Amino acid sequence: MNFASQRVAKPYFIGALALFAGQIIFGLIAGMQYLDGSFLFPAFPFSVIRTVHTNLLIVWLLMAFMGAAYYIVPEEAQTELHSPRLALLTFWVFLIAGVLTILGYLFVPYSQLAAMTGNAILPTMGRGYLEQPLPTKIGIVLVALSLLFNVTMTLAKGRKTSLNIVLVAGLWGLALLFLPAFYFPVDTVKASYSWWWVVHGWVEGDWELILSALLGFILVRMTGVDREIIEKWMYIIIAMTLISGIIGIGHHYYYTGAPEYWIWLGSIFSAMEPVPFLMLVVFAVRMLISRRHEYPNHAALLWAIGTPVMAFLGAGFWGFMITLAPVQYYTHGTNFTAAHGHLAFFGAYAMVSLSIISYAMPHLRGRMANSLRAQRWEMTGFWIMVISMFVIALALTGAGIVTVFLQRMGEHPISFMGVQYQERVFFWIREVAGFTFFSGLVAYLTSFFVGGDPVAAHGATVPRGR
Amino acid sequence: MQQTFTKAMARNIFLGGAAFFLIIYLVLTVDSWRQIPIRDHASQMSPAAERGKYLMDSNNCIGCHTINGEGAYYAPELGNVYTRRGPDFIKAWIKAQPIGGYRQMPHFNFSDKDLDDITAYLQWVSRINTNHWPPNIQG
Ligand code: HEC
Ligand code: HEM
Ligand code: HEM
Ligand SMILES: [Fe+2]
Repeated sequence: MNFASQRVAKPYFIGALALFAGQIIFGLIAGMQYLDGSFLFPAFPFSVIRTVHTNLLIVWLLMAFMGAAYYIVPEEAQTELHSPRLALLTFWVFLIAGVLTILGYLFVPYSQLAAMTGNAILPTMGRGYLEQPLPTKIGIVLVALSLLFNVTMTLAKGRKTSLNIVLVAGLWGLALLFLPAFYFPVDTVKASYSWWWVVHGWVEGDWELILSALLGFILVRMTGVDREIIEKWMYIIIAMTLISGIIGIGHHYYYTGAPEYWIWLGSIFSAMEPVPFLMLVVFAVRMLISRRHEYPNHAALLWAIGTPVMAFLGAGFWGFMITLAPVQYYTHGTNFTAAHGHLAFFGAYAMVSLSIISYAMPHLRGRMANSLRAQRWEMTGFWIMVISMFVIALALTGAGIVTVFLQRMGEHPISFMGVQYQERVFFWIREVAGFTFFSGLVAYLTSFFVGGDPVAAHGATVPRGR
Repeated sequence: MQQTFTKAMARNIFLGGAAFFLIIYLVLTVDSWRQIPIRDHASQMSPAAERGKYLMDSNNCIGCHTINGEGAYYAPELGNVYTRRGPDFIKAWIKAQPIGGYRQMPHFNFSDKDLDDITAYLQWVSRINTNHWPPNIQG
């Protein structure tokens, strides 16, 4: 850590990890309700639990991205953050607004929440991931504006590296792409079409810019490879992201009422979307092979190589399996989609967040790397979470395939509920793997508290100011 | 990477590629906006159906269900439920909840008018041209 103001990243990282733990607990409850509908019902219906699960995911990822930005932007710009106090204030506003929203979901019936918060004046509620009441949505915009002001001012007065420019531009894109959340036309097809501007626009567009910049940053720091090489890779990767991903949004327009030509356009372009994820793997592996020195934080190295591999599997491979129109005709809206959603969100965005936390937290705690004992706990957590998530994805894929054969194909298709009943074994596997995932998370969190001798900050082998 | 391929070239491919495909996407979206109201019979969306849609959104039905494959995978597809079950079943079903079973749907305090409006919306949705999706009546 070179600048005192980077310290504001710390509460963001801690907050993100706490919300992550909450997300998993609600995932486990939702998974339980899949098997026994009377679990916590009618006090907390599945729709409420699911909303809390997915909203906590989005909030903790945003919190981790913000922490990453407050950590990286000053270091890259070689100057103090414009206003650390604003960053800290923004953290508390974001956290409190987030917690209040979650409490609102849990303890106020959704229609009443809508009535209380002016949804009738400007309807925005009732869409996946964008369930937030209007005041929360406005709050998200204000928090984003505060972040953008802070990092943009910092960038403007400091060194303008390509990494930093892409990171800050990615954050601007993130905020801009949230704005369609305020546009919810009554025409259901237009509503669905524009909902994907936010969802697909984020995960298969803008967030990949942030992902590449974050990964690029820690690779610069940990490998000592020439920044020019890393930044060139980054540009090629994000070029491929947008070249494939913008028209690739068409893979959501096949069967939702949009014109027929999207079947062709969406299939062709989205079939190329795995390419940037594959390039990310090659990039990370090559940078690590050509590293100039040994970096003492082995856990961070493991995250940095694990992220692109898992992102490729979850987004690239699982996404590809359901992206061609003739396949999606049968898999659309099944648990196959949920398998992909879980592996991709975890592999790409959860893992890159954990990577940057793994890299930065030791510095924020005044050391180069944690003790070997702490690192062992962290790496144990890594493996348990990664393997469990893989099992979750396989189980959901199994459920999806059974739905395709029994409900979507054949002469005598079985009803939705009849098929779900036959898929119970997969939902049990998902639930058990969910619990092992949680134990991995506990091991991971434990790593922050086990002692041992940390690697001192001075023994630093990393060249400064690269 | 070869020396001849510079970072500036990579950046320009990024900027050029992004701008090019963004423009194409905008053009296609303008065309889609023209076609969608025809494909979904937007002009036939009655005030009752509009209200029904609002009721469904503000009760987060897609927190459990899918509509045309979008939403959650906990409960049956609603995009074609009007064709599968018909209006009377739908109204009676919603009124009767919760009825037990291994997954549950909550009770919503809908009036008869609310239920008519929801059914009107579900009827409108069932007529959208979705390129023959879902594959069969089970959704
Ligand atoms: C907490 C989850 C949940 C919510 C929220 C929910 N439902 Fe359901 N719904 C279910 C489940 C589960 C079933 C299937 C139950 C069964 O068949 O045993 C169902 C079945 C139905 C059916 C019958 C479908 C069929 O093909 O038999 C209709 C119609 C329906 N729901 C409409 C709605 C509407 C309209 C809303 C919003 C106002 C809504 N549901 C909200 C869980 C939910
Ligand atoms: C890290 C990047 C990605 C993330 C986080 C992600 C996440 C998701 C999620 C959560 C959904 C479900 C959305 C819903 O609620 O309906 C989804 C759907 C989908 N994704 Fe991805 N995705 C990513 C990348 C990709 C890629 C690269 C492809 C294609 C190769 C792809 C193809 C699809 C398709 C086709 C669907 C629609 C499935 C359906 O019809 O039900 N995704 N994605
Ligand atoms: C580890 C235990 C977990 C369990 C038991 C679990 C369970 C669930 C359940 C039951 C749903 C609702 C599926 C439906 O709509 O029918 C869901 C949705 C979702 N979860 Fe999880 N989850 C877990 C972890 C995670 C993690 C770690 C992530 C990402 C980092 C995640 C991301 C999501 C997303 C994106 C959705 C929406 C998926 C979609 O619409 O396709 N979950 N989860
Ligand atoms: Fe997509």
